[in-house]
Amino acid sequence: MIMFEAFQFEFMRNAMMAGLLGSVACGIVGVYVVVKKIVSMSGSIAHASFGGIGLGYLLNFSPVLGAMFFSLLSALTMGLVTRKTKLPEDTATGILWALGMALGVIFIGLSAGYAPDLMSYLFGNILTVPVSDLYLMAALDLIIVALAVAFYKEFLLLSFDEEFGTVVGMPVNGLYLLLLCMVALTVVVLIRVVGMILVIAMLTFPAAMARQFTHDIKKMMVLAVVFGMLFTFGGLWISYMLNLASGATIILLSGVVLLLTYVAVGLRKRTKVRFTR
Amino acid sequence: MTGKDIVRLENVWVSYNGTPALEGINLMVGEHDFLGIIGPNGGGKSTLLKVILGLLAPQRGTVTVLGNPPDRSRSRIGYVPQHSNYDHDFPVSVMGVVTMGRYGKRGILKPYGKSDREAAEKALARVGMLSHAGTQIGQLSGGQQQRTFIARALVSDPALLLLDEPTASVDSAMQTDFYELLEDLKQEMAIIMVSHDIGAVSVFVDKIACLNVQLYYHGSREITPEILEATYKCPVQLIAHGDIPHRVLREH
Repeated sequence: MIMFEAFQFEFMRNAMMAGLLGSVACGIVGVYVVVKKIVSMSGSIAHASFGGIGLGYLLNFSPVLGAMFFSLLSALTMGLVTRKTKLPEDTATGILWALGMALGVIFIGLSAGYAPDLMSYLFGNILTVPVSDLYLMAALDLIIVALAVAFYKEFLLLSFDEEFGTVVGMPVNGLYLLLLCMVALTVVVLIRVVGMILVIAMLTFPAAMARQFTHDIKKMMVLAVVFGMLFTFGGLWISYMLNLASGATIILLSGVVLLLTYVAVGLRKRTKVRFTR
Repeated sequence: MTGKDIVRLENVWVSYNGTPALEGINLMVGEHDFLGIIGPNGGGKSTLLKVILGLLAPQRGTVTVLGNPPDRSRSRIGYVPQHSNYDHDFPVSVMGVVTMGRYGKRGILKPYGKSDREAAEKALARVGMLSHAGTQIGQLSGGQQQRTFIARALVSDPALLLLDEPTASVDSAMQTDFYELLEDLKQEMAIIMVSHDIGAVSVFVDKIACLNVQLYYHGSREITPEILEATYKCPVQLIAHGDIPHRVLREH
């Protein structure tokens, strides 16, 4: 009995830790994804990482490392293609999205057809995050936070007014590539929490919700991190009580809360307008 | 180089995929000049601004700003972009926007400090927007946003101010205020303003140039019907300046 409790304590502690680390990454990077309007591009980076997961299975190394390699590669490709060629951004997004996934399917098919916990990479399973992945997540979080602090004023100007950034001599293309790479690292952090298919929701929902409450981008990041934690822990608890898939429950909970916030804020604005008239 | 030329363009040619955008442009702007450039949409106005900013290298001809190639003088150019170029819901305050203008002084990886904040406050006071420093940018009126972006351009202490279609977002009641502000700024810097709004420009600027791929520039604000016709390729109303501004319609 004592053994069971200890075990339960440990896997819950790991899950909470994963949720915490995931929320930090998605809160900070998600704010830029939302204000810079690169949501679908980030979705493409996330899905293209499936190629890396497949490659990991095929060549027998960690699928998470494969995902990191592929998401970084797709982020750089996407950035260079949209900046240096005339290919429209959404076309590039669609191509990379599909290519990455197709490669993943082929790689997994070639790897003797057996892929243990494939579902946990696709849809996440926060309850089975191994400790080694927690260390990787923490390291990536550290990199993301350090970059976000160091390049705060650059990313703010990049997101607000790139043209002006160019005029005042900021290396906008390099910073844009760096931002996309930070999205790629966030995808890796979140893969274990909600899975690569649902990553895009965690990059968008907490930040979009935070935007309803503040006009200050720093406060927006703090709020997004807090919302990410609340969604993760709340979703985790609900999925445990109702015996549902944890990743999907976290996303559904955030989606419902986000929609309710939009409705509430919309109603409040309408009442305000009515009174002032 | 006399030391007085802020901008000097000599025989500048630019084309996009073989379609000419600027042909043989010669232009000189001196200290305290207030030049209005008018012309139809697609006439090359934005291209000309990009050339002056050094964002676009001409295929032929030379460009000097403050005696140097434009990209080396950029920290002395204040640029006010077109109104539509940014997201009005963006989570940033008026103060935050104006501080961005200090980027050129700081450079990469160095955070803004006290001197940047003070410069931003000074610029905001200059355009009469200091009391709105904490407001989110999108909650301002068109005219107030305009002033904020002018403050962002002023905060780097520019010798040249470039304005791209500044009147597009300002209602006509605010336009007089806006031009009075520019009149005041002219004491300290040269101003080039690009617009398709002939009426508004011609009342306030010192010199007018008409741009439609070629530049028709006479160094004064007297525009002849022939120049306007050549620019717009159709008969245009003329505005005469007198004690009472009035329009002169050509026979047609």
